[in-house]
Amino acid sequence: MHSRGLHVYTLPDLDYDYGALEPAISGEIMQLHHQKHHQTYITNYNKALEQLDAAVAKADSSTVVKLQNAIKFNGGGHINHSIFWKNLAPVREGGGEPPKGSLGWAIDTHFGSFDALIQKVNAEGAALQGSGWVWLGLDKELKRLVVETTANQDPLVTKGPNLVPLLGVDVWEHAYYLQYKNVRPDYLKNIWKVINWKYASEVYEKESS
Amino acid sequence: PKVNAKFELKPPPYPLNALEPVMSQQTLEFHWGKHHKTYVENLKKQVVGTELDGKTLEEIIVTSYNKGDILPPFNNAAQVWNHDFFWECMKPGGGGEPSGELLELIERDFGSFEKFLAEFKAAAATQFGSGWAWLAYRASKFDAENAENPPSPDEDNKLVVIKSPNAVNPLVWGCYYPLLTIDVWEHAYYLDFQNRRPDYISVFMDKLVSWDAVSSRLEEAKALITST
Repeated sequence: MHSRGLHVYTLPDLDYDYGALEPAISGEIMQLHHQKHHQTYITNYNKALEQLDAAVAKADSSTVVKLQNAIKFNGGGHINHSIFWKNLAPVREGGGEPPKGSLGWAIDTHFGSFDALIQKVNAEGAALQGSGWVWLGLDKELKRLVVETTANQDPLVTKGPNLVPLLGVDVWEHAYYLQYKNVRPDYLKNIWKVINWKYASEVYEKESS
Repeated sequence: PKVNAKFELKPPPYPLNALEPVMSQQTLEFHWGKHHKTYVENLKKQVVGTELDGKTLEEIIVTSYNKGDILPPFNNAAQVWNHDFFWECMKPGGGGEPSGELLELIERDFGSFEKFLAEFKAAAATQFGSGWAWLAYRASKFDAENAENPPSPDEDNKLVVIKSPNAVNPLVWGCYYPLLTIDVWEHAYYLDFQNRRPDYISVFMDKLVSWDAVSSRLEEAKALITST
C-alpha cells in the first residue's frame, strides 16, 4: 500500500481582473482562457497523475508509459499557463514597460535591441504551425538568452534541460481567436502592450546570479 | 508535358449560411474565406517557379512531406487539400447513419456504428493541439516510400480511424484512402463552441456529416484499388 498523499493541483488566481488587459486582450478571452482552458489542463493533469499513481502501485509499466503523453500535454498546459498569467500585467500596473537593469542589458547584448527581440519573437510566433508557444528563455549553462518555440503544450524545458522560461507567449488560437480571428500577427503585435517585464526581470536576476 | 497545376480556392458545395445554426456563417466566412484562402495564396507563392510547379496537389503533399522532415510548401498544400476535403464531408441536414456497403464495412470493422462513432469522437477529442481525425480505408498503395512504419498487408482492406497533427493528412503514409475527416484546429469551432471541442464533435457527427460523400469516396477508393 502507498501512504503518500497525491498533490492535487488547483487553478491559480490571476493578479488582475479579466478585463484589465483590454484592449490588448479582451476580458472574454481571459476568462475562457483561465477558467476553462487552464482549468481543463489542471483537471486532466490531476486525473493522469492519479492514474499514474495507481499504475505505479500495481507495477503496470505499460499504463505508466501510456500516460506520459497526457502528463506532458496537461502538465505542460498547467506549467505554461501559470507562467503566462505572470507574464501579463495591465498597463496601469506597468504592463508593456520595457525591461530595465540586467535583463534590458542582456536583451541588447544578445539581440541587438529590444525591438529586435520583439521582431524575432513575433516572426517565430507567426510562423509556428498549429498550436504552441514562443519563448524568451535563459540558458543557465551558456548564460545567454534564447528565443525558442515549442509545439502544443510542451514546456520550454523540453528544448533543453538548462532552459528557464522568462516569457512565454501563447499562440494557440484560443489565446486570441475571439478577438483577432485568423490574424495572429496583430495579436502578437498588441500583446507587448501588456507584457509584465518586471516578472521576467525578477526571474532573470534570480536565475542568472 | 504537364499543365501547371492551378490551385484555386474552391467554395464549399453549399452556401456559407447553409450549415446554420450548427456551424455559423461567421465560422465559414473566416474558416473558408480567410484560413483556407490564405493557405491557397501562400501555396501559390511557394510553388511558382520551383520544381513543384506543375505537380498536382497530392504530389506536392507527398513530396514535401519528405518522410516527416517536412519542406516549406507542405503545410499549405496539405491544408488546401484537407479543407477542400472537409467542406465536402458536410452538408445541410447531414448526420444520421450511413447505409449500404459503408454501413456493412463499419459494422464489420468496428463492431457496430455506435462503436465506430465512439472511436472517431475519441480520436478527434484527444488529438493534442491542432489537427484532424479521419475515417480511412486502409490498403497499401504507391510504393509507400514515405511511410514511417512500413504498412503491413495483414491490416489492409479495412476501415480505420486515425488522427493527424497540424496539416498532416493520411495521404503521406501511402496506405490510406481518406473517407471522412473532422477539423479539430480551434479555428474550426472556436467562434461557435469556444473550448467545448467535444460538443462540436458530437454535433458534427449528429447533424453535419454527409454520409453520401463518404459512401461515394468508398466506392472510388475500391475502384482505384481494384484497378491497380
